[in-house]
Amino acid sequence: MSIFVDENTKVVYQGLTGSQGSYYGLLNRDYGTQVVAGTHPTKAGTDVDGVPIFANVADAVQQTGATASCIFIPAPGVRGAVLEAAQGGVKFIVVITEGVPAHDEVYFYNALKRDYPDVLLLGPNCPGIMSPGKCNIGITAGHIAKPGGPVGIVSRSGTLTYQALYELKQKCVGVTTCVGIGGDPVPGTSFIDCLRAFQDDPETLAVMMIGEIGGSAEEEAAEFIKNHMTKPVAGYIAGVTAPPGKKMGHAGAIVSGDRGTAAAKIEALTDAGVHVGQNPTEAGELMADIVAGL
Amino acid sequence: MDLFEYQGKEFFAGYGMPVSAGEIAFTVAEAVAAAERLGTPVMVKAQVHTGGRGKAGGVKFAADTDAVREHAGNILGLDVKGHIVRRVWIEKVSDIAEEYYAGFTLDRSAKKHLGMLSVEGGVEIEAVAETNPDAIAKIWIDPIEGLSEATCRDWVAAANLPEPAVEGAVEVLLKLYRAYSEGDADLVEINPLILTLEGSVHVLDAKVTLDGNSEFRHPDYSQYDATQSRDEREEAAHAKGLQYVGLDGSVGVIANGAGLAMSTADVVNQVGGAPANFLDIGGGANADVMAGALEVINNDPAVKAIFINIFGGITRGEEIADGILEAMERVEIDSPIVIRLDGTNADEGRAILEPHLTDRLMMQPTMLDAARRVVELAS
Repeated sequence: MSIFVDENTKVVYQGLTGSQGSYYGLLNRDYGTQVVAGTHPTKAGTDVDGVPIFANVADAVQQTGATASCIFIPAPGVRGAVLEAAQGGVKFIVVITEGVPAHDEVYFYNALKRDYPDVLLLGPNCPGIMSPGKCNIGITAGHIAKPGGPVGIVSRSGTLTYQALYELKQKCVGVTTCVGIGGDPVPGTSFIDCLRAFQDDPETLAVMMIGEIGGSAEEEAAEFIKNHMTKPVAGYIAGVTAPPGKKMGHAGAIVSGDRGTAAAKIEALTDAGVHVGQNPTEAGELMADIVAGL
Repeated sequence: MDLFEYQGKEFFAGYGMPVSAGEIAFTVAEAVAAAERLGTPVMVKAQVHTGGRGKAGGVKFAADTDAVREHAGNILGLDVKGHIVRRVWIEKVSDIAEEYYAGFTLDRSAKKHLGMLSVEGGVEIEAVAETNPDAIAKIWIDPIEGLSEATCRDWVAAANLPEPAVEGAVEVLLKLYRAYSEGDADLVEINPLILTLEGSVHVLDAKVTLDGNSEFRHPDYSQYDATQSRDEREEAAHAKGLQYVGLDGSVGVIANGAGLAMSTADVVNQVGGAPANFLDIGGGANADVMAGALEVINNDPAVKAIFINIFGGITRGEEIADGILEAMERVEIDSPIVIRLDGTNADEGRAILEPHLTDRLMMQPTMLDAARRVVELAS
């Protein structure tokens, strides 16, 4: 099994007609994802390499049975696009777009929670989600992951996620689902949402978690692992050398005073029984060792 | 982006909040002229993007223009926690009866806006939070509902503001929330918010951080871009559109992706070296971006060796290798370079680099090996 998405997930791409949207949307289709539709307010009736374009998500859902949406449109339009997707009837929304204002993020997070509590939002500013061999939504290179499990991955960073997938593949360790929750201050899906889903997924037997400086999401995850998880977890935290007050590339990756430091996160995770690697390679090795001992 | 106090006050004034008359000055002469126009006594206040300027001697009362001349002379050029004062704000003096604290920011855990109000103003709020946490009244605001006047009144009551300050505080706080939400701020703080001897509530200081991602709906925010505190290296990188943060070490770091760039700096540190910077060149690694990145790092005199750490995802190893070679043809590099190339088609990429390898351009199979080599070269 996998979490959140599988071979039955039908995806509509908001922004499929744009350069990024068409590039990754069609790569996702090549991977085997059911890419059923795209949307554009004035291009309904046209297609992108055979994928039909509809005026909005509601029409796409009605005509194609889409169950998920992937958003590639520029930052100014993301707030409207997320609300359109939820209103249109999809149950899973992935926002790849980077640079969305924090006030928009916190607005649509709360709007979904209030009006569409059964809709799950992933991102913004995330690489997407992949259940290897079944479904790949977003910008991760599909071939760097080995299908089949038993490891579930959840990560705040794109390239470190690829690195993790790649290291596990080198060691012949498969992945059930890999979720990139993104590096922004208000991610729609949290570490805990993913950890809980992995804990409940019978095919996931161990979890790899990749965090970074800023906020307290890793500390909250550590608390959850301590109290609710029976499956082993290996982890890595980036940003040990990051100075306070500077955004390290991601809007959410900032140490404020002595809050959000890598040291505090590593300590919390270690205390929760997580096997924390000092670098991504070591974390991959720890994960492989855990899997070998299962 | 961080605003100076005077910019923050202009920002607040735009939302109808009561701030003092004042002028910005870059020289002693300008400071004296400003004081003459405003009428003494005035305050002379250092404008820096950091706290603790009062303790550093950056805020002074001036009874007359001679005092303005003396204080401005001392404050301009002053070092406040590594920030050199380049401008002072000359402001009309207020008669303070009481000092409060008010602020809004995003609570990332609660995923709501957080308002904080305290009768213990004029001191660092972090200190109050530690010594007397009950003195801070907190409210969590749902961004869809916003802050209503009724809720604001309850909040002011919970903070135990004295009766004469209540009406004025409610008015200022509602405007402050508007400035925070409509202005797309990461943080707004008034410390102190004062009650004057005449009984009015007044903004005496302003700390504002705006969300750079919101510039598309606030075109005027581009004015603040020029006044961010960046060192020379950061300025050069910013001009090239690179995600760069200056650090103190001797190993220049280039990586693709924010997480990998942070991780690369960490690994350099882990094997006994010190990173000179954090630099993310983004998902791909084309020649233009790579050349720009190499140029910025090459201009940093502290850099003794360079670590290029690239993981190919969708971008293939061959493209990355070609990009690196092309960039190196365009930029004359002083320091030796160690490359680690991994991911999609890494073997093909490495084969392209192979014939170009010298004692100035090296390749290592793993991130850790490359880090060890580059640290060796830098020391």
